[in-house]
Amino acid sequence: MTTVAAILIGLGVFFLFMGAVGLVRFPDFLTRMHAAGKCDTLGSLLLLGGLACHGGVTLSSLKIMVIAFFILLTSPTATHAIARVALKHQMTQQSEENR
Amino acid sequence: MSPAFFLGASIIVLVAVVLSLYRVIRGPSIIDRIIGVNVVGTKSIAVILLTGQLFNRVEFFIDIAVVYALINFIGTLALSRYFERRGLYRGGGIK
Repeated sequence: MTTVAAILIGLGVFFLFMGAVGLVRFPDFLTRMHAAGKCDTLGSLLLLGGLACHGGVTLSSLKIMVIAFFILLTSPTATHAIARVALKHQMTQQSEENR
Repeated sequence: MSPAFFLGASIIVLVAVVLSLYRVIRGPSIIDRIIGVNVVGTKSIAVILLTGQLFNRVEFFIDIAVVYALINFIGTLALSRYFERRGLYRGGGIK
């Protein structure tokens, strides 16, 4: 159980860090949104799952899984809402020098 | 698992928070800033839970993490609704 938790937490931290690197390095806001939305959701789910595995079967683990489920629902919704703002105001392209 | 593991994981996530804050401060458009704030909020949940594991007080830190998840979602939706109605380009040199 501890090994599984360590692997899950390590993968989650990796995805969170790579999401941040993509947020800094990518050229325009659509690609940044791509990196931030997916990497954040997956990294948070893996990390919270690892913490729940580490805790064992307790009430705290149940609460952590509730947070993970909430993030699974809300993080793509928030990204969708932000993307809809950009679509409504016709902000489809940015130039390369704004990096 | 040793506390050093959780400490190292927290430090890596905090470095990622600093990288996201760069995008919040620098970001050329409002959209970039909103994305950066959303990412920082999500990573703060991870940092709070890892800190709870570090101090062996998980059951106290979880409630704070729940509140952070709610505030993050509501705040991002409120910001996007506000800028959807107001427009992205009005108001000074923010672009």
